[in-house]
Amino acid sequence: MRKEVLYSLKGLYREDFEIEGYRFGGGEKSACIVGAMRGNEMQQLYICSLLINSLKQLEAHGAITHNHEILVVPSANRYSMNVGKRFWAVDNIDINRTFPGDVHGDTTKQIAAALFEKVKGYSYGIQFASFYMPGDFIPHVRMMETGYQSASLANLFGLQYVVIRKPKPMDTATLNYNWQMNQTNAFSIYTNCTDSIDDKSARQAVSSVLRFFTRMGILKYNNHSGYIASVINEHDLLPVKTYDGGFYRRLKEPGDPVFRGDVIGEVIDPYEGFVKSQIVSQTDGIIFFAHTAPTVMGNQVVYKIIRRMHE
Amino acid sequence: MIEEVVSIDLPVHERLVIKKNRLEPENVTGREKRISIVTGTHGDELDGQYVCYEIISRILQHPEKLKGIVDIYPDVNPLGLDMGSRGIPMFDLDMNRVFPGDNTGAVAEYAAAGIVDNIIGSDFCLDIHSSNIFLKEMPQLRMTEENKDRLLPYAKALNADFVWIYSSKTVLEATLAYSLNNMGVPTLVAEMGVGHRINNDYCMQLLDGIFNLMIQLDIWDDKPSEVRKPIISTEGQVSFLSAEDSGIFVSAIALMGTISVGTHIGDIIEPITGKVVQRIEAPTDGIIFSLREHPVVYKGALIARVYSGRKQEQI
Repeated sequence: MRKEVLYSLKGLYREDFEIEGYRFGGGEKSACIVGAMRGNEMQQLYICSLLINSLKQLEAHGAITHNHEILVVPSANRYSMNVGKRFWAVDNIDINRTFPGDVHGDTTKQIAAALFEKVKGYSYGIQFASFYMPGDFIPHVRMMETGYQSASLANLFGLQYVVIRKPKPMDTATLNYNWQMNQTNAFSIYTNCTDSIDDKSARQAVSSVLRFFTRMGILKYNNHSGYIASVINEHDLLPVKTYDGGFYRRLKEPGDPVFRGDVIGEVIDPYEGFVKSQIVSQTDGIIFFAHTAPTVMGNQVVYKIIRRMHE
Repeated sequence: MIEEVVSIDLPVHERLVIKKNRLEPENVTGREKRISIVTGTHGDELDGQYVCYEIISRILQHPEKLKGIVDIYPDVNPLGLDMGSRGIPMFDLDMNRVFPGDNTGAVAEYAAAGIVDNIIGSDFCLDIHSSNIFLKEMPQLRMTEENKDRLLPYAKALNADFVWIYSSKTVLEATLAYSLNNMGVPTLVAEMGVGHRINNDYCMQLLDGIFNLMIQLDIWDDKPSEVRKPIISTEGQVSFLSAEDSGIFVSAIALMGTISVGTHIGDIIEPITGKVVQRIEAPTDGIIFSLREHPVVYKGALIARVYSGRKQEQI
């Protein structure tokens, strides 16, 4: 393992901002993993720490195949992580909305450009990402539909689901999208939390990456085969929205089966305690995403259901 | 008439309401031209508030001059404005990165889709911005290269000092202006001033331009007014001066405008060592139209933009 500073920015009174990378193996640029890009992505950082620890031991036992290099970048935004902000601490810009960056651009664009220069050119790019809505997912692999995506490759992670997302305009400046446009097979792995740590799903994410590396011939390793994934398009997920705002009582968890007509949530008046409205499933299926917060607004997506899917 | 464009129930007995004020002639024929004025996408940008007030006030003083429909959207991010927050509070999302929105998406996307749906059908839209808290801007209009043939005639009517046509590759596709232009509504972005402030002179200048454009669009009945002939700049004619190191920027110029090559624009200093880490000078004769306002800078922070297309131009 070689630890190196991939990018450095002089701090005025803080210690210098650095993006550190951990290289394993050597030779061909096989795989790059990027962890926390935002300051609240604690689970994503935790997964990287577990992965680096595993890769360190595997490398010591000669398990990394000859002529394969793996680069792991645990955090691209430690300045924000240390002050409890999601985005770049100075001007609140989301680094994951500034790719591919610009070496002559503003600070965050320079950071994105410098990082992209270091992480591009790999055959496989894996990002531990977080979603822009607060909630829990079934752990899954996500790919953008850019024309370069390969669901069959994503299947090799052995997670239950592969989700294909048609990029929205706001996605075009993400690392995942730009990786793919630059001929890297890019995957985002979502576990079931962001601000907190869930050890079980973090270990599941690490296993899925090691499984993928084994199947691609990057690692010599023996682990469980995992699942044969169901591939779903994001637009086929049925969003279930609230009618009213208030306290939110979630009645189903990610992975739970639901049937048309089931009451799957309730919104409660925050002053008088009565149930203002019930949230009813409009389809049979499996809960894929579930909102997590004590309150909800009206018209808020609280579930996404995989339609007509059964356990 | 004040109408609700989007209404969203908040958790604790309050609604988030995005409103517009529609002003129209007394007798509507259905053939009227329609202009939409939008502002407040970023809660820290306030010049648009004064512009909206003045447009409505002037129209109400002379309702007989109104021949078309004027839709004023004074604040499309009400929670952000209330908190002085650039993004949408609670979601930490930049509203100008979620357009054209999505009725089935997150609350911010739902709101964005509602705004776009409401504006569609306008003959022209002006999206008024006030930079941010970091940079101050001379009054300017912005458009992309691919839209310049369609948008320049509107821009020339708007009494701006400066029109900046920038490369399409740097365009953010999730902005309101990009989405509306894509959907057939000619839309210009006005930038001026600095975040958290109102610059009266800039507002009045734009206001005169808006009324002049409304005359040209047959929405306002008045004599055409004299407007400034803007400098029209393309991407290659603009120099970006950025911080080469982190420090505190101290400006050496009081006003934006014409500068000569070598003019001392400011210094980046390092207080703890008492040293100047970067002296910033004008690389060319030209016009400085953006200048750093917030002193704390990291490497890469934009200090100034200088237009070098026409030398020694007086504006």
